[in-house]
Amino acid sequence: MTMDPLIQLIDVRKRFGTQEVLKGVNLAIYAGKTTVIVGESGKGKSLILKHILGLVRPDGGTVLVFGKDINAIGRKELKEIRSYFGVLFQNAALFDSMNVFDNVALPLRERTKRSEADIKKIVGETLALMDMTDSDEKYPAQLSGGMRKRVGLARALVLNPKVVFFDEPTTGLDVAKSNEIYRVFYRTQAKLGYTAVIVSHDVPKIFKLADYVALLHDGVVQDCLTPEDFQTSTNDIIRDFVEKTMGHIYDSEQMEATP
Amino acid sequence: MNAIETLGDRTLYYVNQIGRMGIFLALVCVSVVKPPYYKISYVTRQIYLIGALSIFVIAFTGVFTGMVLGLQGYTTLRKFGSEGFLGSAVALSLIRELGPVLTALMVTGRAGSAICAEIGIMRNSEQIDALECMAIDPHKYIMAPRYIAAIVSMPLLTAVFDVVGIFGGYLIGVVLLGANEGAYFQSMYQNVEYADISMGFIKSLCFGLLVVWICTAKGYFVHLERKGGFGAEGVSRATTNAVVLASVAVLVFDYILTSLLL
Repeated sequence: MTMDPLIQLIDVRKRFGTQEVLKGVNLAIYAGKTTVIVGESGKGKSLILKHILGLVRPDGGTVLVFGKDINAIGRKELKEIRSYFGVLFQNAALFDSMNVFDNVALPLRERTKRSEADIKKIVGETLALMDMTDSDEKYPAQLSGGMRKRVGLARALVLNPKVVFFDEPTTGLDVAKSNEIYRVFYRTQAKLGYTAVIVSHDVPKIFKLADYVALLHDGVVQDCLTPEDFQTSTNDIIRDFVEKTMGHIYDSEQMEATP
Repeated sequence: MNAIETLGDRTLYYVNQIGRMGIFLALVCVSVVKPPYYKISYVTRQIYLIGALSIFVIAFTGVFTGMVLGLQGYTTLRKFGSEGFLGSAVALSLIRELGPVLTALMVTGRAGSAICAEIGIMRNSEQIDALECMAIDPHKYIMAPRYIAAIVSMPLLTAVFDVVGIFGGYLIGVVLLGANEGAYFQSMYQNVEYADISMGFIKSLCFGLLVVWICTAKGYFVHLERKGGFGAEGVSRATTNAVVLASVAVLVFDYILTSLLL
């Protein structure tokens, strides 16, 4: 990894009350690559994304995005940086009072001066990329979990962002729906070529998507390695995580295979 | 935690909250006047939700307030042989005091609570975070249309309240109790001055801003509520707090404004 990182977290610390959630996170994210952040639930993975997005200010440390300290810049500059981002939230964060079309069209209507005809065309194409062509008129409450995530992804991608953040993209979905999301991810990343940052605990499936895997454990990123290196790492904590998550699956498979 | 720590903790919380709400108001005010401007359809929709949908409840409250004033006023003034002043007594009470205050309280209960709950749910379901991440300013997109709508709607609703209230006073005082119709309107015409109307108008503008500020801010900062602002319970607690705080603030500011404008 010799190129300059697109996003860099340097010794980021965050405390809520008496609980120190992030204890000095260091992480680099490179352009055009997919970085997956794994770790136990509730240990601060999504909080790392919120720091990068400028939604949460760290108690200490620096978050550099495109070379700029996101906590030292003004609102205007922050807005400009965010205009290069797309985010798929854990629960999709769709606007309940808007239908699917209006949800996806919102960034186009608010951030561009495109005509309604143009917007209709772009939204139609984006929804087609998600296999969601027949759901324009439906409201979020009428969609399944997987469909909501696909609409959320359509909204995140509609302005061709440089970086897309996925916060637990498959949480709460069954295997078939998870696979759908991964297929959409492959398809859209191949077409749009964005940098992806994925927070997930869908191990080992998520390793197939990753260029780099970072393990957050005890408020610290233990290491950020390629999936192959990650699985053969000699770091005790990473090895323990791999054994717990992947070993469990192999054990289950063995148990099922045993007559 | 001992008593001093609790006191310090609470003081810090309230100082923080006042600061947050002050900065929030400043940001919304800037976003109202600074281009790019929000779409006019967003404002008209909010005027419909805050103003038009409140007309019935305002008219209903107004007519009964006027009727009570008519009844009480007639009974009291009759003791002094001054029932001819019933019109001005009803009109002045409504225009200067009861119209703006009761309208603000009704709008707080009907529209303010809805605004707070809606924004609180948007906060808890990450919709506000989503807007920020899309580089859409929530102060401009969500708040500014509501502020303009509240400031436009409140004086108009107050005017409706006043007019309907005067009619309610007429209904009881003149039609039911037999006060002189000409005296009712003549005393009103002679005693209600422009200063009275402008006082009511200024109050209603201030109350509009006060109500929308407290209700939007309570929803926006629901996640920072002292007793936890997450989930349905958190939103309901924030909504209750918003309605109580806005209602009390209306009454406190009514006194302050009256003392300044008299």
